[in-house]
Amino acid sequence: MDILVQTLADGLVIGAFYSLIALGYTMVFGIIKLLNFAHGDLYMLGAFVGYTLLSVLGGDSSGAGLMGILIVLLLTMVIVGVIGMGIERVAYRPLLLAPRLSILITAIGVSLFLENGSMIVWGAQYQVYPLQLSHDGISLLGAKITYVQIGLVVISALLMLSLHLFINHSLYGKAMRAIALDQTACHLMGIHVHKVIGLTFFIGASLAAGAGTMAGAYYGTVNFMMGFIIGLKAFTAAVLGGIGSIPGAMLGGLLLGMMETAGTFIFGGSWKDVVAFSLLILILVLKPTGIMGEKVTERM
Amino acid sequence: MNPSRKKIAVVLLLAVACVLPFLSNNYWLDVATLALFYVVLAQGLNVVVGFAGLLDLGYAAFFAVGAYTTGILMTVYQWSFWLTLPVAMVFAAIVGVIIGAPTLRLRSDYLAIVTLGFGEIIRILAINLTITGSASGIYGIQRPSIGGYVLGGQIDFYYLILIIAVLAVVAVKRLGTSRIGRAWMYIREDEDAAEAMGINRINMKLMAYSIGAVIGSLAGSVFAVKMSAIAPLSFSFTQSIMILLAVVLGGLGSIPGVVLGAVLVIALPELLRSVEDWRYLIFGAALVAMMLFRPQGLWPARYEMKRGARHGETEEATEGGSGNDVKLDSEKCNA
Repeated sequence: MDILVQTLADGLVIGAFYSLIALGYTMVFGIIKLLNFAHGDLYMLGAFVGYTLLSVLGGDSSGAGLMGILIVLLLTMVIVGVIGMGIERVAYRPLLLAPRLSILITAIGVSLFLENGSMIVWGAQYQVYPLQLSHDGISLLGAKITYVQIGLVVISALLMLSLHLFINHSLYGKAMRAIALDQTACHLMGIHVHKVIGLTFFIGASLAAGAGTMAGAYYGTVNFMMGFIIGLKAFTAAVLGGIGSIPGAMLGGLLLGMMETAGTFIFGGSWKDVVAFSLLILILVLKPTGIMGEKVTERM
Repeated sequence: MNPSRKKIAVVLLLAVACVLPFLSNNYWLDVATLALFYVVLAQGLNVVVGFAGLLDLGYAAFFAVGAYTTGILMTVYQWSFWLTLPVAMVFAAIVGVIIGAPTLRLRSDYLAIVTLGFGEIIRILAINLTITGSASGIYGIQRPSIGGYVLGGQIDFYYLILIIAVLAVVAVKRLGTSRIGRAWMYIREDEDAAEAMGINRINMKLMAYSIGAVIGSLAGSVFAVKMSAIAPLSFSFTQSIMILLAVVLGGLGSIPGVVLGAVLVIALPELLRSVEDWRYLIFGAALVAMMLFRPQGLWPARYEMKRGARHGETEEATEGGSGNDVKLDSEKCNA
């Protein structure tokens, strides 16, 4: 029982990260039908920007208080969000009409650029996060759940909730949903389509960056290659939940996180990626629409 | 270029390739050998991506299948290298069908992700299984021999891979102009129309995928005996990307273009040795720039198309580049 609860709790934290990144995938896919390969690298970038900000602002050890950490988190999200917008402007927008292969390859190019750029800026070795999180926590049915874990899940939940409200209740959210349905019509109706697409990239990138900073603090180390596998898994999460669907991405991330933690427990750590990727292939083959997805695959 | 001049150019190029070992030092001979490996790999991927339009991001997996099949058969079961070749090729074709059969119904992006996932799974398998020697890989693979002559030197392997590269280029060229090749290109241009015209798209895609796999595994087998040691690191996602880059850089579906792309992908980083860390950064930027400014590659394929039709096509592409009109053409989405 305690193992089950522990697995669920650990999986929930990882799942929350996956969900946040998966949201960016799903939003971008929903709106311009592009799989943004560079998305995982924005997560990595978020981890590094957070690392730098904490090093500069928070001193070397646990000097940064809770408020400081939150400010760093928000700052990181804004900075990486703007970078995400810039990527869309430079690399993707000119190719919106080009064959899908071109834009996908561009995304790979951006990903290579970001990874190796980060390697040059921050070095190839693992960097230790300048932040010591406490290991205090509560016991729940024999499992140990730290306050940090609770905090991370709560922050993720808040971010997702605000996104949900934004998409469903704001004018821009309405525009996004409209563009996902029919871009041309939106253009004709006077919606500034490119602006809204840019905003989508901003939100997606900043959510990934938030996840990156939190993951950096949670695991303690960051590396320039950390985005690749995570990006792939977040994509798996998005597909699992049904790509294009926002609640689906949240659900898919949490499910994947828990399945992966369970897989690690059953098969051992070296096989956990195989669990995730096998799952991805199985879903794509058996039910390409995912759990909550609409039937968009026909178009591809 | 008219046909006879083209022929002369090809013969000249081959002659240069044949005498190259006597003109260069060991370092550049090694680079040339690696470039030839890439020519083979890129031609294999050219069938998949260039002809059939199936974006495969896990192509290095087939390179690994060939290398590991040869490596295991030679070290564990003491097979002769030449006997492992057909086995590796058959094995790669089977793996290609296993991966392809369920997934080739998916299109473009989804297929890309699935193949990426498969590539990663094969790599993780190689790292974790005992038979593949875990993370340290397989070492002590014997040198192959013909009659009594043992292929041991750099020059021997250069010629071996040169022969295979020439064979691969000829085979892919002939495939491309065959009935099958035209079916692939039709599928690439418009899958639904192709199917309506009576092309079995699943079979054709599977064939493209398997043929690509076989060519990739061939390169892998030779790679195993050339290096005499293989490790999972050689078959990473980056490797798949570099092969794809060779194909895209040269020009999708263009045989001479892909050869050029393969040579550039190997030669440029060597020329950029002094800026080691920047190599892939520059590549990433180059990839984006290529797609923005010259999406058809350096040496684009030419099909039997009227001048006007071609012109119209490029004009359309640049029009998309300016990007004022946000209409997403469903036909283009399928490409």
